[in-house]
Amino acid sequence: MSSESLEYRLQAGFSSAQENSPPEGGTPNSRHTCDVLIVGGGPAGMAAAYCAAQSGQRVSVVDDNPEWGGQIWRGEQAKPTTPEAANWFKQVQGANVNFIRGARIFNQPEAGRLVAETLDGICELGYRKLILATGARERFLPFPGWTLPNVCGAGGLQALVKTGVPISSKKVVVAGSGPLLVAVAAYLRKRGADVRVMAEQAPWARLLQFGLELLSHPGKTFQALSLKRQLSGVPYLAGCWPVAVRGEGQVSSVTLRQGRRTWDVACDYLACGFYLVPNLELPSLLGCELQEEAVWVDEYQETSVPGIFCAGESTGIGGLELSLAEGQIAGYAATGQHAEARKVFPARERQQRFARVLDQTFALRDELKALPEPDTVVCRCEDVTLERLQAYDSWRAAKLQTRCGMGPCQGRICGAATEFLFGWGMESVRPPIFPARVESLARLAEAVPEPINQSQ
Amino acid sequence: MENEKTVTLLVNGAPVTVAAGSMVSAAVVTAGAARFRRSVTGESRGPLCGMGICFECRVTINGQAHLRSCQIPCRNGMEVYTDE
Repeated sequence: MSSESLEYRLQAGFSSAQENSPPEGGTPNSRHTCDVLIVGGGPAGMAAAYCAAQSGQRVSVVDDNPEWGGQIWRGEQAKPTTPEAANWFKQVQGANVNFIRGARIFNQPEAGRLVAETLDGICELGYRKLILATGARERFLPFPGWTLPNVCGAGGLQALVKTGVPISSKKVVVAGSGPLLVAVAAYLRKRGADVRVMAEQAPWARLLQFGLELLSHPGKTFQALSLKRQLSGVPYLAGCWPVAVRGEGQVSSVTLRQGRRTWDVACDYLACGFYLVPNLELPSLLGCELQEEAVWVDEYQETSVPGIFCAGESTGIGGLELSLAEGQIAGYAATGQHAEARKVFPARERQQRFARVLDQTFALRDELKALPEPDTVVCRCEDVTLERLQAYDSWRAAKLQTRCGMGPCQGRICGAATEFLFGWGMESVRPPIFPARVESLARLAEAVPEPINQSQ
Repeated sequence: MENEKTVTLLVNGAPVTVAAGSMVSAAVVTAGAARFRRSVTGESRGPLCGMGICFECRVTINGQAHLRSCQIPCRNGMEVYTDE
């Protein structure tokens, strides 16, 4: 093992306090057991971890990323941008919580045991109770030119800039749907980007209703007004969306449509995401029941599988405040602190109302289904075009015949698109839920001797 | 080394210096490359999701292929190759 990977591994949280078993070949694997395991270190996972830790039980959080914060608070661990973020970072870092970073779960070999892949090994995670806080991803829709470099997600470009991609003086068009567009535009502008225009596909009438609902949430109204101030001079166009991207080797302009008007805007980046979809692969693998493309949970955030809880965007897109409320409830309930959990019910209910308005406001218009041309790539991993997919009537058939959704992302990008375009539903999920190295799978098969003691 | 404010690594053989804490994707962009990889039919591709799920930002790091550059922090002396 090189010193680089050793350094990464040490920084990745595999301290000697864990039960490491140095295997042959010099690549150590690790094993870790806890009472409550939380998957995902974003707001819901942070809230769950803090509340669960109040019980005195052993709490661990596992995340694919190198830091706390998830997507919305990415890169804010060292310098939070809001008092709320600062407070939660402080709470969770002050609590007795073990953070296992840079580890991506790919399988559950048996109930109570998950396996994650790290940069250079595997990590076994034994638990008694599990809280899934797997969050959401952006929904991407195909249109001509969307595969060109520098066409990114809206949250995607923000994440890239947060982790060091230079954006100063770059011309950026922000497009798609959802409140995220405005937050991203404000962030990019603050970092010196020349944000040309924001294009929101939702019509004005819906956005006005959304504005009215915002008024009953003073905190959100304040945020919205502050964003509006930061974006003065940047046009916000409703009922407007991208229809094509042009460029040689990378994007140089995007064609926007609003009503009957179509025009080109020159840009270095198109930041485009059509609202969000929950990350359901792990909950599905574990057998959690789904309802309306989200994980079903009871009033204590417990899923249909006893002992497995779910909180945040994976139970349905509802935003930061709802994620925090659900995380707290899940953390308390998973550790038997039901009275504490109930105290958070009213906050959750209030945010659930807001979530329903979000869903209605940013529902996708049918015109977007007509965006891809016959030769537009829909599955970016396997370069499967629209015309090749049109011959099939289910995702399963399309997968078998065209390899759509069979590449490294395993349908995480094209799945949401084909669901919108064709109404194809998610098929059963099989391990590994993330592409894993052959060594990891082999190691899992041979090197898992005795069951982890769960009785502690 | 921990307190240094920048990190220097090699992208396609040329040294690139980025702020400490930057991901490899940032070093690749700083080096001037828009194309991170070629698709199965030879199209140029770059990062899409920024959060490790789309696999469009894959590069080779220290000889290990198919690593998602948006998820791996830059380290001094890393050797990164795009377009493979």
